[in-house]
Amino acid sequence: MSAAELATSPAARPLRHVSTRFLRSELRLIFGRRRNQAGLGILAVVPLILAITVKLSTPRPGHGPDFLASITSNGLFVALASLSIELALFLPLAVGTIAGDSIAGEANIGTLRYLLAVPVHRTRLLAVKFAAITIFSLVATLWVSLVGAAAGLALFGGGEMTMLSGGQIGMGPAVLRVVMATVYLGLCFASLGAIGLFISTLTEQPIGATIAVVILNVMSFILDSIPQLSWLHEWLPTHWWMSFGDFLRDPVAWGDLTRGLLTAAGYALVFWLAAWARFSDKDVTG
Amino acid sequence: MTEAGEFAVATAGLTKRFKAQVAVNAVDLLVPRGAVYGFLGPNGSGKTTTIRMLLGLIRPTSGHHRLLGKAMPHNAGQVLPLVGSLVEGPAFHPYLTARANLQRLDSVDRHADPRTTKARVDGALDRVGLLAAADKKYRAYSLGMRQRLAIAGTLLAPRELLVLDEPTNGLDPQGTREVRHLIGSLADDGATVLVSSHLLSEVEQVCTHIGVMHVGRLLTQGPIAEVRAVSEPRARVETDRPADAARVLRALGLTDIVIESGVVVGTLGALVPDQVVAALVHEGVPVTGFAVAQPSLEDLFVSLTGEGFNVSG
Repeated sequence: MSAAELATSPAARPLRHVSTRFLRSELRLIFGRRRNQAGLGILAVVPLILAITVKLSTPRPGHGPDFLASITSNGLFVALASLSIELALFLPLAVGTIAGDSIAGEANIGTLRYLLAVPVHRTRLLAVKFAAITIFSLVATLWVSLVGAAAGLALFGGGEMTMLSGGQIGMGPAVLRVVMATVYLGLCFASLGAIGLFISTLTEQPIGATIAVVILNVMSFILDSIPQLSWLHEWLPTHWWMSFGDFLRDPVAWGDLTRGLLTAAGYALVFWLAAWARFSDKDVTG
Repeated sequence: MTEAGEFAVATAGLTKRFKAQVAVNAVDLLVPRGAVYGFLGPNGSGKTTTIRMLLGLIRPTSGHHRLLGKAMPHNAGQVLPLVGSLVEGPAFHPYLTARANLQRLDSVDRHADPRTTKARVDGALDRVGLLAAADKKYRAYSLGMRQRLAIAGTLLAPRELLVLDEPTNGLDPQGTREVRHLIGSLADDGATVLVSSHLLSEVEQVCTHIGVMHVGRLLTQGPIAEVRAVSEPRARVETDRPADAARVLRALGLTDIVIESGVVVGTLGALVPDQVVAALVHEGVPVTGFAVAQPSLEDLFVSLTGEGFNVSG
């Protein structure tokens, strides 16, 4: 078979301006990889354990995380309680793994040079990688919620939901609130992913980038717990994450949530640009 | 002198400095369109660094270059789709199959038509003899198979230029022959091929042009016959009277005469080999063997550098 038979002539290969093939290929790489599937499996363990242990015991009101006491009244609270448990480490670790892999992983196995030689423009590469991180972040967070909601509804049933502000809303609106809270957290984690993307352009060791993301995440939580640093708190990347509970007020308390979304957008923008500044003229020798 | 479009690769003063070391030093590489250019040099002589600069993977410290007549890296988006490349060995996702890896490469190419991906991927795999192993994980591939897969990756689209960095690394003699054959057939299709190697003999047979790198510098380049012409053929006489034979050769005008036990070697110059044999017989010197040796590229390299073809530091 000759090259001429393999494909049409170069002139007949027009540029495809809008194509989602690269992004879909990224998502296949992420979600097709055993390691990541196992990671999603682990994320699902928390809501299952939570639902089952609460079912087997009688929680005393007023103790434990915010939503734990409410679980027996509405199964949807398993989703929210699971998110509040996993937001400190598990979900940031999952997003950090994908983000750390994004550039450093390709550099580590050498596929980065072949992507750039195709050619893939470096700006486009960073844009697609960040889009994939954001999608993974949303999917992972929704996955935790979904497993939590399914387990909770199976064990405790649904029905009217009692808001943190005291009132009650129906099942339909309650599901919507849970979805909104989940998407909010997913976007927050994606901004951590932007930091990971930047770190990933600094190294050829993906695991190193992942560890750095997790350390930054934990560091942010620690700084957030030191009262003497209260002036700093509102600028920390993780500070507004726990505000996702504000979706459970009637009406939704948008004040902190808006600050949280702006903070996430700010971190995402700054670190995506930092990644671009770092990567756009970097020598790729790996 | 010549139009830029005449050369598939043209570099001017291309230089790359890594901290203290100058990896590539003012290289003016000229690869005419349609040539099979053997880019030769020992390991560490700067071939791969030069190739990385050609493809825009690293920035030259100074100098500039054109690919297919267009300035790089400014026109990378237009030029690189017409360039197939294999740089510093194969690299694929280990947990994907060979086919999935090629599909991945194709999916990031904005010029690729997704409707023909399957046919093109299978065609490329077929051409390197991997179709039967297409659904094996890359992790399970041998080094030779990995090398073939990387070559298949360059064949996913029609190319005007192929840049193949050490394409025969890790291949057995049969695989090496196949790659040589493939290079020949790509050239027959009209592509220009730039092929680097640290094994001189391997490349010698398929190249129309060669360039020789040594410690970051391009020592010589040109059509293979011209480069070879620099070193003249030598006559080798086997005899049991070497001293007499040497006297005859000297009288005939041969130069650089070396006498070993039972063998005399001299540079022929403009002489016709027949004359040498006739003169020896005429003088009554018994000749048990006679040969004219074209110096190998290896000899040429030694004469250019004063060194063997070993790793440059």
